[in-house]
Amino acid sequence: MKSVESVQPSQGRSVDSDTVLATFDLVVRYGAVVALDGVSIHVRKGEMVALIGPNGAGKSTLLNTLSGINRPASGRIVRKGKLAHVPEGRQVFPDLTVEDNLCLGAYRGGSRNPAPMYELFPQLEKLRYRRAGGLSGGEQQMVAICRALMANPDVIAVDELSQGLAPLVVSDIARHLVELNKQHGTAVLLVEQNAQLALNITSRAYVIENGHIGLEGRSSDLLRNPAVRAAYLGGVR
Amino acid sequence: MTAFVEYLLTGVSRGLVFALLAMGFVLIYRVTRVVNFAQGAFAIFGGFITYSLLKAGVPHGLSELLAVAASALIGLVFGIIAIGGEIPLLASLVITIGLSILSEAIVMLIWGTTPISYSGLAGHDFVIFGAFIQRQYLIVIIASLVVFIALVYGFGRTYFGKAMSACASNPYAARLSGINVKKMGLIAFTLGGALGGLAGVLITPLSPITYSADISLAITGFAAAIVGGLISPGLAVVGGLVFGIAEQFVAGYWSPSNETAVALALLIVLLLWQARRVPVGGLE
Ligand SMILES: Nc1ncnc2c1ncn2[C@@H]1O[C@H](COP(=O)(O)OP(=O)(O)OP(=O)(O)O)[C@@H](O)[C@H]1O
Ligand SMILES: [Mg+2]
Repeated sequence: MKSVESVQPSQGRSVDSDTVLATFDLVVRYGAVVALDGVSIHVRKGEMVALIGPNGAGKSTLLNTLSGINRPASGRIVRKGKLAHVPEGRQVFPDLTVEDNLCLGAYRGGSRNPAPMYELFPQLEKLRYRRAGGLSGGEQQMVAICRALMANPDVIAVDELSQGLAPLVVSDIARHLVELNKQHGTAVLLVEQNAQLALNITSRAYVIENGHIGLEGRSSDLLRNPAVRAAYLGGVR
Repeated sequence: MTAFVEYLLTGVSRGLVFALLAMGFVLIYRVTRVVNFAQGAFAIFGGFITYSLLKAGVPHGLSELLAVAASALIGLVFGIIAIGGEIPLLASLVITIGLSILSEAIVMLIWGTTPISYSGLAGHDFVIFGAFIQRQYLIVIIASLVVFIALVYGFGRTYFGKAMSACASNPYAARLSGINVKKMGLIAFTLGGALGGLAGVLITPLSPITYSADISLAITGFAAAIVGGLISPGLAVVGGLVFGIAEQFVAGYWSPSNETAVALALLIVLLLWQARRVPVGGLE
């Protein structure tokens, strides 16, 4: 367990000094199911990285392993600095108020003052004393992102930002993520079904299929890649 | 009038003891989502341990305190057994039933089957509206009110209390936020043990208890907790009071043998009412 969270550079493979998060040959199993089969990715300081891939490819498994929810069977995780995870399906605390949801994001440390979040998403301030379980999907996604940001992370991993949300809401929240990245240098690892959106706002990307990293490269290159276009961008033109 | 005041005060104090048991249910459920059926066992341990300590010459006050501490420890041990491993919720629930049966056996082996009681803190009984009131009732009322205020404040207002509530509200998200969900569950079981123990310590001077008293105490406490959907401490207190007072009036004006039947009927009515309002344990 401890070695998984080691912050020292690995024996053998070196970690760039500006890497905040990296995995090496990560293998994760659920019983007999191999969900991740030798996954190596890295995220640099202040970088925006996309992770795209079909259903069941292992995207959420990867994030959960990075967060210490899943234990890897083998491989290594290097984490320098704080990681916050916005889970798939938002996963707010439904019975708690919006404000309590936010404050609990700082459980591991960081300021418990939610005011900066209300500046980021002014809509949330009006909802601060409402039960988070009664909010709309978009509002819950804002709560989930702000809860993660309350930890003052160096890297934020967002699982399925656009899931179940109207396009306008998605682009609004995505814009905030980009802003945050620019202003605070928070690195972003964005898991998305909407490959167009993900590749547009990130600089680098990984394509994961069946627990393997099938492709990686600059997001702008992947946007033009015929295989990616065919599989994830509707294959038009 | 005299009888009325007597029934009312007795009912209120017994109701508050039920409320203490109910709070134990609520506390453990809110953090772990386990309905701890061993909640009544903490009470009999509390009562019997106080009894033995007093008999051994340990003074009043200290005996009660030690008994509550011991019950808290038993709560922790029960917690480790019930939720320590990676087991499904339903299994934890069944384990608490097993622990309750085991507790009866242990208490019977150590203390036998004769009902026990002890006098409450020394002091004179007093008279209100011509009714003789045992001082113990006053002690019960003050002690439980102090505990309730502390709990309601601790749970609803403090950061730690919110972190505890978050565990049951969404265990996965709680872990992602860095909350040690298992540790919080064990803390809840420890506090639940203390609450149950305090209930036993307080009720034994009012009515003798036996090794098997845990079942009826657990049922009444559970019923009171249901009033608040197993998650509201405030409504659990209301529930406890309703049961305590109803029980005394039925016993006093009608017949003591109808006491349990009426409590159960009341429970069914409350369950139906509760089901219409919010789903029980509506934590989703
Ligand atoms: N708790 C679990 N128990 C068993 N198998 C699981 C579990 N969680 C995921 N899996 C399996 O692991 C594989 C990867 O699942 P994962 O949820 O990581 O995929 P994903 O890329 O996030 O998919 P989606 O886009 O649908 O969210 C799938 O085959 C899935 O069935
Ligand atoms: Mg997923």
